[in-house]
Amino acid sequence: MGFLDIKQATKSYGAVQVLHETDISIEEGEFLVLVGPSGCGKSTLLNMIAGLEDITSGEIAIRDRSMNGVKPADRNIAMVFQSYALYPNMTVSGNISFGMEMHGIEKSEREKRIAQVSDLLQIKHLLDRKPGQLSGGQRQRVAMGRALVREPDVFLFDEPLSNLDAKLRVDMRTEIKKLHQKLGTTIVYVTHDQIEALTLSTRIAVMFGGYVQQLGTPKEIYDNPANMFVAGFMGSPSMNLFPAKVVSENGQPAAEVSLADGTKASIPFATDKLASDVGRDIILGIRPEAITDRDGADRNSQAVHIVDAPVEVTEPAGSDTFVVSQIGGKDVTGRFRADVAVNAGETFPFAFNMEKAVAFDPQSENRIA
Amino acid sequence: MASANAKSSFNLARFVLYTLLAVFCIYYLLPLYVMVVNSLKPLSEITAGGMMALPQEWTFAPWLSAWSSAQVGVEATGLRPYFLNSIIMVVPAVALSTMVGALNGYVLTKWTFPGATILFGLLLFGCFIPFQMVLIPMARMLGLMGLAGSVPGLIFVHFVYGIGFSTLYFRNYYAAFPTELVRAAQIDGAGFFRIFWRILLPSSGPIAVVCIIWQFTNIWNDFLFGASFSDFDSQPMTVALNNLVQSSTGVKEYNVHFAGAIMAALPTLFVYIVAGRYFVRGLMAGSVKG
Repeated sequence: MGFLDIKQATKSYGAVQVLHETDISIEEGEFLVLVGPSGCGKSTLLNMIAGLEDITSGEIAIRDRSMNGVKPADRNIAMVFQSYALYPNMTVSGNISFGMEMHGIEKSEREKRIAQVSDLLQIKHLLDRKPGQLSGGQRQRVAMGRALVREPDVFLFDEPLSNLDAKLRVDMRTEIKKLHQKLGTTIVYVTHDQIEALTLSTRIAVMFGGYVQQLGTPKEIYDNPANMFVAGFMGSPSMNLFPAKVVSENGQPAAEVSLADGTKASIPFATDKLASDVGRDIILGIRPEAITDRDGADRNSQAVHIVDAPVEVTEPAGSDTFVVSQIGGKDVTGRFRADVAVNAGETFPFAFNMEKAVAFDPQSENRIA
Repeated sequence: MASANAKSSFNLARFVLYTLLAVFCIYYLLPLYVMVVNSLKPLSEITAGGMMALPQEWTFAPWLSAWSSAQVGVEATGLRPYFLNSIIMVVPAVALSTMVGALNGYVLTKWTFPGATILFGLLLFGCFIPFQMVLIPMARMLGLMGLAGSVPGLIFVHFVYGIGFSTLYFRNYYAAFPTELVRAAQIDGAGFFRIFWRILLPSSGPIAVVCIIWQFTNIWNDFLFGASFSDFDSQPMTVALNNLVQSSTGVKEYNVHFAGAIMAALPTLFVYIVAGRYFVRGLMAGSVKG
């Protein structure tokens, strides 16, 4: 039994099922991020936790208390909305105290808590202003203040940073993380931004097509994606996915890939998990930072293999240079050190760190090794 | 040279434009001028033929007569009791239809239910049913409710007839109102009416003004319902004005008629002047994001 339990929860609108049987359980103090492209069901799931949408079947429980049929106000939750949803006719302090007022909290107590929260979020000087007079970042703080002041069991965030400009978004992200570390509250956070998901969470649920594709810690999700969707969606630049064939080389399984110049290269796997799959077509997945120049390769890795491949494009990005080569008919990006002299058109040694390589079945798109 | 030419032709265009506008302005204001001027002169001056002339002898007698002593019904009461009838009728009818329209708009946009669109379509249809069609059924209804020939009966008729338009206004306005605010208030623990009262209504100023002006003007100016559903003692201003003009047995006291007509128009004029600047603003706000 976790702190927040989602058990076999589904949601349908008429005949359309937007959320399939979902099981998620998190402990008190965890930061769960629901991430996925638009229409994946993440906001629906959040609204179901909030009680703004009914559950079609299954159960959601907070602190072992079933929330099915419980009104949003009685769930002891607070929510920060994408548009902040500040009441335009009330001042900042009015916005913050509205929820407490609705829950019948004494005026003196309300004022004490407003003072605490506005201290914490540094919005004391804004308390008498109307939301219309605030900047985006200030509104964001007030919206968080309104949620914090309720001292809820679970905080729900619905894409709270997507209306902010890029710089402010990074600042607020750090601030949310600090706040979580300081207060140790339980948070469920919806975003379509995989970087936000990786940086903030203690656990991530990657969603697509109404299914949770994978639930795990950021490291699990990043290093051990359960399928090709998760592999491609998480990480930027995204994981290279290209066709290969399992062959046997000196008794060890290896991935045979075709290069742009028509030659074939075989790269031995770090494990022999695929030893019985010789001859099978697979999709090889390997992140750009595991494809480097020779000297940039991870020295702790036991399985760095050099492949001489023709360079198609180089993209200097300041700190690194991204080098693209066609492998198996796909653009495969490697992350080289910035000062490596590599030019488009030449053949250059690419160092593959096969400890970081994963393999998928081309049909089911599921992980096989 | 070229720029000087451009400037002079520009000035000429301006001149023509303003002249034209002035002509239109005079054209539109002329009837008002005639009414005001003739209501302030003795009858003899009007019958002598000087319609356009300023009064030679200024007098308030026609106004006093129209207000308190002219022969309107059986008794020579002037328009005063009927003016009060209209006020007593208009204020509750406007208030009720605006409140119910706001509530309808709130439900139709933020608490939608299966069939909400059809219901709204029917309400809209109600706006455009000609008055004449409902006269007889309504007379029967009022009779059954015991409200026939009374001011409360008229209030009821105008209230019901006003719901269609007020719902239309508020629905379109609230459709643009962020639903996330309602959800936030729900999570904060506010119920159906609390959200309406504390969150939506305080932001509804512009559309409320539009609705009030519209309802006030329509109900105040209505003649058909007033003539059909009222008795001698419950007639509204419009009907009484008609009676005043029609029922003069001897000489037609044009100056008194003019004064009465201005009196009948003053309240709507007053509402426009007080709230007019919100009117266009509210109309735009409601219609752009419908």
